[in-house]
Amino acid sequence: MKPEVKEIINGSVKSGWVLEPRAKELIKLYGLATSKFIWAKTLEGTLQGAKKVHYPLVAKIVSEKIMHKSDVGGVVVGVRDNNQMAEVFEKFSKLEGFDGVLLDEMLGGSEVILGSKYDAQFGMVVLVGIGGTSVEIYKDVALRMAPVTKDVAIEALNSLRGIKLLKGYRGKEPVSIDKLASAVVKFSKMAYDLRNDVESMDLNPVMCTKDKATVADARIILKTH
Amino acid sequence: MDLKKLIEPESIAVIGVSLTNPFNPANIIYGKNHYHYKAKTYGVNPNGGQIYGQKIYKSIKEIPEKIDMAVLAVKAGLVPATLLECIAKGVAGAIIISGGFAEAGRKDLQDEIIKISREHDFPFIGPNCIGVYSHPFIDTSFVQNERLIYSRRGNVSLISQSGGILMDLIIKLSQEGVGLSRTVSIGNKAVVDEVELLKYFKNDARTKVIGMYMEGFTADRGRLFIEEAGKLNKPLVLFKSGKTPSGLKAVSSHTASIAGDYVVFSEVLKASKALEVGTMGEFVSSCEAFSAYPKTSIGNNVCIISVSGGHGAMAADSCYSAGLNNVAIPEEDKGKLRSLLSKNIQAIASLNNPLDLTGSTGDDDIFVTTKFFMDKDYVDCIVLLLLPYVPHLSADIGARIAQLVMEHNKPIITYMPHVDKYGIFIDGFETNGIPVAHSVPGAISMAKALSRRKL
Repeated sequence: MKPEVKEIINGSVKSGWVLEPRAKELIKLYGLATSKFIWAKTLEGTLQGAKKVHYPLVAKIVSEKIMHKSDVGGVVVGVRDNNQMAEVFEKFSKLEGFDGVLLDEMLGGSEVILGSKYDAQFGMVVLVGIGGTSVEIYKDVALRMAPVTKDVAIEALNSLRGIKLLKGYRGKEPVSIDKLASAVVKFSKMAYDLRNDVESMDLNPVMCTKDKATVADARIILKTH
Repeated sequence: MDLKKLIEPESIAVIGVSLTNPFNPANIIYGKNHYHYKAKTYGVNPNGGQIYGQKIYKSIKEIPEKIDMAVLAVKAGLVPATLLECIAKGVAGAIIISGGFAEAGRKDLQDEIIKISREHDFPFIGPNCIGVYSHPFIDTSFVQNERLIYSRRGNVSLISQSGGILMDLIIKLSQEGVGLSRTVSIGNKAVVDEVELLKYFKNDARTKVIGMYMEGFTADRGRLFIEEAGKLNKPLVLFKSGKTPSGLKAVSSHTASIAGDYVVFSEVLKASKALEVGTMGEFVSSCEAFSAYPKTSIGNNVCIISVSGGHGAMAADSCYSAGLNNVAIPEEDKGKLRSLLSKNIQAIASLNNPLDLTGSTGDDDIFVTTKFFMDKDYVDCIVLLLLPYVPHLSADIGARIAQLVMEHNKPIITYMPHVDKYGIFIDGFETNGIPVAHSVPGAISMAKALSRRKL
């Protein structure tokens, strides 16, 4: 395990989960692509950061106290300009445990979830599923023991009922299954590497297009020792 | 871990026989093995004496001969000391029938015997189990012989977490004419578990098919099990109970919320070499199919040959649900086949798959039709739906069809109503190695099992 990885994990033990910007740094350390993001703590920093990420963008609350950001109005999609950005900053700063704003690039593509879970019988397993944030409704998922080879990743993706949606259903542009499978392989190595520390992870959604698979949001829950 | 002497012992001691109660489980085990099995059997009771005119020893160390394996049927509290006596005597392993361990809240006692086992490299099966049936060596189930149905020796070995379910499986498989090789009830599986038994059965020449009933793996053993299953060159059929989620747990991630224990289990199994089946019926059908065709893995193109349109239609529906393909028969072949049929049915037989040779058919037409498709590469498996109500069908049909299987590398599966009266038709197939299902969906389950197998 790289020292940078260890540092992020150790820094998150107290709260029991990894803050999203830290989680995205962690994911990048394992070679996965994430959306362009900036973690800003002041209004000034936020407006400067927004310039780099570019409007329209996604703004998310960063707080150790708030894991489910949407539930408390801590996610605003499509922030257009500095005025709106300042309003959002003002609103977020009143939320519990406010520790800054995560400015996130808006991504297009098909939504996929990659997840992992420590299972008592089989150890660390990875999940791939269609539907991203709607995954709990459709439950169209495949699970395999981590780490997986690329062949297994492709086989798991092909076992999904909704795979047709990714392969260009009714004129929609197909996504790169090859790139997505490579992301699954990298993610599975990460999950296996972190098997003693992590209880479960969601990379959700992962936005897939014809040439890349990009992690737009990440939640990493640690084991309580 | 060497399990050979637990599965094929030449001599056993049954510890805990009663001098007064003939229905004590230990007495049934003693009597059965002493009179009916090959392993030389000795009884132990602290008071000594005699049962059935045989000497009972006061302790295992008094037995003058070498003992390969000990069956412990003593109170749970006495098990640790008894194990140590077996170890001192040089016994190679034990089966602990006794209950009263982890399943009864005495994890401490179970941990104590696990420690003894590890320290002395002394494997045991159980506790809380009915142990091993392994013809001709031993049968440690405490079910009287007259209550058992063991049809014939065969090539299927079973592993079960439950002794009661194991007895059911033995009976169901035997009733279908499936021969058994070894069966092991692992109970609390404190030392010998599914993983250890897979390793043993992998190299056991008498085991060609492994069937398994389970509730769940203990911590981390699932992963090892999948690894061992991957090394097997024999089919492994698995039925699991305990699939119902155990109430709502508050979880913070989508993954943890979707991936309940059984979802993970079935998904991981799906990607492995083991075949999980959904019902006991499918378990029996799958074991039966593999018992007949242990080295076979086929595609999903099925040809159904029936003597009744209704049976064919029912089979076609089962195929559809099972993900099997009722392969389309080329027009040219239909013409060729029709010219080979007898005058009785030439004009009336329907040669679309499922084929209906009608009630006017007989042995010759069934044989000719089956042979015709044995040579066709577009057919992976033939399912024969035969009814003894057809006047021209004779009891010789099974032996004739079996000839075709010997000459061609293609499985044939049969359906025939299972009633004592038709036993001679069924025997014609089964004694010649062709599986006979007792229901149409059961026959299709067999084809499904062969098509699901990953070599």
